[in-house]
Formats: sequence, C-alpha cells, structure tokens
Amino acid sequence: MLGTRATDESIAILRSQLGLDKPLHQQYIDFVSDAARLEFGTSLTLRTDIGSLIAARAKNSARLLVYSIIVSLLIAVPLAILAAVRRNRPADHLVRLFTTITFAMPAFWTGLLLVLIFSIRLGFFPTSGLGEGWINLALSLTLPAVTIGFYLAPVLLRSLRSSLIETLSSEFVEAARARGLSERRVLLKHVLRNSLIAMITVLGVNIGFLISGAVVVENVFSIPGLGSLMVTSIISRDYPVIVALTLVFAVIVIIVNLLVDLSYALLDPRIRL
Amino acid sequence: MALNSNGNQPLLEINDLTIGFADARGILLAADRINLRLFRNQTLGLLGESGCGKSVSMRSILGLVPYPGEVIGGSVLWEGQDLSELSRSEMQKIRGKEISMIFQDPTSCLNPVYTIGNQIVETLKIKLKMNSHEARQRAVELLDHVGIPSPEQRLNLYPHQLSGGMRQRVMIAIAIGSKPKLLLADEPTTALDVTIQDQILNLLADLREETGMAVILVSHDVGVIAQNSDIVAIMYAGRIMECGSASDVMLSPRHPYTRGLLTALPTFEHAGERQPLTSIPGQPPNLADLPGGCPFRPRCQYVRDECASIPVVLDRDFPEHASACPFVD
Amino acid sequence: MTTHNSTIAHIPESAWKRLRTRSVSQRRWSAYTLWVGVFIVALVTFLSVAAPVLGFTEPNNTDLTQRLLPPSREHFFGTDDVGRDVFTRVLYGGRIDLSFGLITTYVSLAAGLVIGAIAGYYGGFLDSIVMRAVDLVISFPFIVLILAITAITGPGITGPYVGVLAVSWALYARLTRGEMLAMREKQYVMAAQTLGFSTWRIIFVHCIPNLLRSNLVFSMSDIVLNILTLAALSYLGLGVTPPTAEWGEIIAQGQRNLFAAWWISTLTGFYVVFVGVGFSLVGDGLADRLGEDGGGT
Repeated sequence: MLGTRATDESIAILRSQLGLDKPLHQQYIDFVSDAARLEFGTSLTLRTDIGSLIAARAKNSARLLVYSIIVSLLIAVPLAILAAVRRNRPADHLVRLFTTITFAMPAFWTGLLLVLIFSIRLGFFPTSGLGEGWINLALSLTLPAVTIGFYLAPVLLRSLRSSLIETLSSEFVEAARARGLSERRVLLKHVLRNSLIAMITVLGVNIGFLISGAVVVENVFSIPGLGSLMVTSIISRDYPVIVALTLVFAVIVIIVNLLVDLSYALLDPRIRL
Repeated sequence: MALNSNGNQPLLEINDLTIGFADARGILLAADRINLRLFRNQTLGLLGESGCGKSVSMRSILGLVPYPGEVIGGSVLWEGQDLSELSRSEMQKIRGKEISMIFQDPTSCLNPVYTIGNQIVETLKIKLKMNSHEARQRAVELLDHVGIPSPEQRLNLYPHQLSGGMRQRVMIAIAIGSKPKLLLADEPTTALDVTIQDQILNLLADLREETGMAVILVSHDVGVIAQNSDIVAIMYAGRIMECGSASDVMLSPRHPYTRGLLTALPTFEHAGERQPLTSIPGQPPNLADLPGGCPFRPRCQYVRDECASIPVVLDRDFPEHASACPFVD
Repeated sequence: MTTHNSTIAHIPESAWKRLRTRSVSQRRWSAYTLWVGVFIVALVTFLSVAAPVLGFTEPNNTDLTQRLLPPSREHFFGTDDVGRDVFTRVLYGGRIDLSFGLITTYVSLAAGLVIGAIAGYYGGFLDSIVMRAVDLVISFPFIVLILAITAITGPGITGPYVGVLAVSWALYARLTRGEMLAMREKQYVMAAQTLGFSTWRIIFVHCIPNLLRSNLVFSMSDIVLNILTLAALSYLGLGVTPPTAEWGEIIAQGQRNLFAAWWISTLTGFYVVFVGVGFSLVGDGLADRLGEDGGGT
C-alpha cells in the first residue's frame, strides 16, 4: 500500500491508523460491532467509505439480479411445462438437449456471443456499462440479464421438469381428470399452484449459483455491481473490501433462505408458522 | 357373458378390451381381452392381486389410461355408445357426471392446497352449471348426506385437517354430487382402518339403494368383494378368469385360481388347532414375460400340456357363470 | 420379452407395431446418449493428450507476421493477436482444463462420499454438525468463496484447485448422506449388523459400492461445472497465469479483439460447449443405465 520504499516509521503510523496494532481479539470485536452498524471502514484503494460503496453497488446488482431471474423464469418455466406434459416424446428430448447445451455454455462466453451479435453486429444494445435514465438502464442491463438467464435456466429446468412430472402423475391430478375437469383447468389450477412451491424452492436453493454467475457477468459487461467490486478488490488486494463483501454475500444468502421459508408458510396450508 | 336382467340393454359393455404398455423395458399387456357387462343397479366386484390389471381396466372406461399405455384392441360401450368415438370434450362431459370414480388413497387424491369446499364447489359449478351460492348449499347437503358432521364448518378445512375416513367421504360426496349412473370404486377401503372400511362400504350400499347407480368395486380383499357385489369377476395377469354371480363364484368356484384364492383364506372352523396355511404356490406373474397360453400355468395344480396353447377367454357356453379354464369344472 | 403367437394373435398388427417401435426407439435413445457422450469425451481427451504427435506443437509460439488470421486449413481456429495458433492453444489448454476437472471432481467425490457415508450412518450430533457445514458451503455463492481463497493463495492454478476442492466435496457429502439414511434401514445392512461385522466393514464394503452409483452420475455434471469455474477464474485473470494456454484465458484474450477477430473467442467457446455436452451425455446415459438394472435393492 505504501509502496516498497516505506520507512519503518510510516509503517508504524499506518498500522495504528488501521488498528492493526491492537490485539487480535480486539480487532475482531471492533470489526463485528462496526459491521453491525454497517460501518466497514475505508477502502484501501479507492479511499472511499466501504459502506456507501457497497450500498451503491448493491443497488445495481439487485436490479440486474431481478431482471435475470425474470428472464430465466421466462425461459425455464414454459420449457419445463412442455417437457413434463410431453414426457419422453420428441419435445421432451429437445428440451433436455437444450438444457445440456446451455449448461455447458460458459457464462462469460455467452455474454460475449450476445454482445457480438446484438451489440456489435446489430447495434441494439450497448456493449458495456450502465446506462443513465430508465430506458438506457434497461437496455444496458438486458444483455447481461439474458446472459445470466441462460446460465441459470438449465439448472431451473432440470428441477422444475422433474417436479412437474411428479405432480402430473400424482393421484389428485388423476382424480381431477376423473372428475371431468378439462386438461387446461387441471394444469392451471391444480398443477401450477402446487408447483409454485417447487419453483420458489428451486430459486432459493440456487441463489448461490445465480450470484456466482452474476459476479462473472458483471465483469464481462463492466456493470458496477458487487461482483465487479469483488474482482477488482481481489486484484488490488483490498482486504477490507474483500472481507466486507464476503460478509454481505453471506447475509444476502441467509435473508433469501429466510424469505423462501416464509413463502412456504404462505403458499402451503399444511405448513403454518 | 351377458346376464339377463329383465332383457334391458347393459349400461356398460366391455368387449375384448386389450391394453398395452410400451417403454424402454419392453412391451406388456396390462389387460387382455376383457369382457364384462354391467346393468343398472348392479354391483360388479373385480377381484384380483395387485398388478393384475384391474385398476388399468377401470381407468380405460374413463379414457384415462396413463402414458405409456394405450388401448390397442376391443371397445368400451357406454349406454350403447362406443367411447372411443367420442371427442375429448364429450368424454370430459361424461367423466364426473355420468361416470364417477373414487380412488384408493384419499390423502393424495385431494389437492392439498385448496380447501375441500373449494374442490367440491369447483366440481359442482363445472359439472352441474350451478352458481357459487347454489353450489355451496349443495356441497353442504352432500357432506351431510355422506355422514360428515357440521358440514358448514368443514367446508373451510384443508384435506390434511380431516381424518382418512372423512377424506374418503368427501371423495364420495364429490363423486355422487352429480348423481352418476355408474360409480367406479378403485380399492376405496384399502387405505383405511377395518372399522372405517365397514362404514364406508355401508355408505356406498345405502347410496346404491337410493339412487340405483351401478358400481364397479375393485379390490384385492375377498371379503370386501364377497359382501358387496352382485356379480364377481376374477382377474389374473390382465385376464378375466372367472365371472358369475357372487354366490356362484364364491361358493362353487370353477377356475383353479379362484379355488386357490378361496382356500387360502384362513377360516374359523379349525380355530385353535394348528393348521398349515395353504397358499397358491409360485410367484405372482411378471406381465412382461408371460408363458404362452394360460398365464396361471406355472402355479396351477390341474395343469396339462394343452394349457400352453389355449386362448384364455371366458367360455360362452355357460354365460351365467363362466370360467376361462375349459378343463376344470 | 417373449411373445407367443397365441398371446398376440388377436391384436391388430398396426397397434402392436406401434408399441414395438416406441419401446425400441426409447431404448435406443438412451443407449445413443451414453455412446455419443463417451465418444466426445474420448475424442477431446485424445486430441489434448496426443497433440504433439498429431502435429500441434508450440502453443506459445508467437509469430507477429501471422497475427489475427481467420480460420483456415493451416489454422483451424485462426491465430491470435501475437500470431499463436489458437487451435493448438485450445488443445494444450485442454490438458489443464480436463485434468483440473477430473482431479477436482474425483478427489471431492472421494472425500464427500466418505464424509457423507459416515455422517449418515452414525446420525445424531456428528450428522448435524457435518450437515450444517455442508449447508453453509452449498448455499454460499461458490465463486465468491473461491475468489476469496484465491486472494489468499495468490495468482496461479493453486488457488482454483484449493477453492474448488473446498466447495465441491459438500455436494457429494449431502447426496451420500441422504442415501445412507435410507440405506441404513435396508435389510442387508441390518443383516450385516446382526452378523457382527465391524462398522468400517459395513460402511465401506457393503454400503459405499451402492452409494457410488448416484455420485458417479452426478460427477459428470460436476466435471462440467468445475471446468467452467476454472475457465471463469482464468477469464477474470485470477486463474492460470499467462502465457499458459487455458480455455477461459484464450476467450479473455479473444475478447480484446472481438471486433477484428471474433473467431478466437467464439470457436474456443464452442469447443468448450462440445466438451461439456460430452460429459453431460455420459452422465445422462449412465443415469438411464444404472437406474434400470442397477437402481434400488
């Protein structure tokens, strides 16, 4: 940080500034109590307050994540329904082929491919960065969101398809058909409602996978989010930021899991808090 | 085989029905040349071990044979109409209205995320074209009819909040709501305690008397079939082995398999004495790998060489009490 | 299955044919997936291993007169911005990626299998602790964890190795533990217990061979995942150090010339997808095969 020519004196001053001369357990306590108040200290390289830095970046990442989830659901849900309803027939095999191929596509490569076609050749979207104003923002987030969407879709597809197959062959669906309810009603009212729980589970369980993809994709498209911050801080050895970010990610995962559990209680009458 | 019943046309006629299943493991016939006739106000008991094809045959009446199975031969005639000629929506109209079905496990047959009221009302609104208010009233009447106390409150409960017996009554309520002419009951009491079994069977008997509806009762329990059927058909490996009135089949069985089934029942005559349990020797049949001719050959005590090449059909010479075995009387 | 003429004589010919076709084609399809997958994996492994013999040498041979050439018979994937043949680099990079995928996956599998089997067998407190750790590791975004580890280990391929191993074992542990819980109650385990076999013998000789099945099927997807993770790390500059060839690294380099020479990144990526599809097909094929004759007691 100080460069390789630092004198012993300046090192000592910096140490006391950073609190590194306090005993280890004291440093730990300080850190946790500060973190609880959302004070992470100052970034070593950027010289800005880490807390506000993370907050600003988190907003961008959150937007990207929501957009990505929507895209991946738009891809995965209809295909899963198609595959489950036409099980073991050609349509199902095609969907599974699609799943296999998209699973093997590196997220960063998918991003580059999309940029090549839709930004460079066709010019519909910007190649990188975040746009100003709602329309530009949406446009600049579209290719990244589609990239992450294709990255997450095969994982969602696999789970959704098998859960739908299970529901479709379950007895109450058979009983509903035997009561003379139309196939459409059976599908919409009975099957989907039950599978809603499965969908939320699948998303919740794979939130780590989703975030991992977002981290890489943010770097591909130079989106100023938590992911790109993580990478730049590792390259520049900005340890306070690295530690703070890891903590933030952990908290996000915990919160998401809590929300998923809560939604069970809402959706499944068999489970009451 | 036709049972004369005042010379009326049979309500349901199944002719040479054959159902095949094909998947990566091979092909098998879940039902082979099934012939049955059922008249108004009659109860047919379909008796057989698990996997003998009775459930699949029932589902084929409603056109609900699950993939990868399909009907590959024969026909089902409902009030003279060949059901395979009906369009999908016409078939849907019959289901739940003229022909209803109740299932073995009431827990998994009701959708767990909707109240039972919701599910009963849904069926009534669609099948009988009632509005919400009428449907709700009728739902209460139905629940009361099947013996569920405080029906108004129960409407708002979820399936998991009721006992097994109650759930089965709800299923029956939904099934008879539209006053069907035929009720298909697939092992309705198998998943219930013995005392509850009795109650449910009595309920079904009462409903039959009231409405005159025909019933096909499927079970592997000889006692249940014997006590609740007018006609009995015995199924083995997808084929009907014997068919006749309940008293004829139960008291003087003609087919070796039926005889084996009935002798295997422990009786009270020698209670207290040590008697060995007789059972039918051999293993249940593997439908994918049947020997030619009669499928019961490997386990039959009367087997002879000709059994390997006979077609297994009920003999038409004795329509009142027919057996598929031409050698044993 | 045996069909005898007396059995099927009465069935209409067309219906029987239809059923037959369906049965046979379904069986064929699952066989195809396995063999196509095995072929792909064998092919790419052979190409990477035998590259020098096949005439692909010197992946780091720069030649500034041959910069950014498009694909041709001489250079299958063209050349990059310092004149290196991209296809050769892809093959040599394959050595790193494929070995990374295989090593990390199977070491994780071995570790996770043993941990999960022991946790599932003993149950109780040990099981709860192990499962807490497993849940923690699995739910956390793996890239973040691995990135944090590379921050400690520094540049080079050690970071990815340590990072992926630290995370991957958990998936196998969870899978195995779940199956072990069910298996504990099975007849042959109880029989072995009553015979007085030692616990170690029961777990290793009796249980683990059966537990291997689903772990092996899953390992195929895991190989793909791990290779993609290494590629992503190298792409970000936190994996292999240049000028070492590696698929992610090649794509990252190609990005710098996306306008001028789009083929570098694109074709390399297609190769990666090809490899990934191969492993996945093997996994699907194995799942069908093992599910049929092998699955269950």
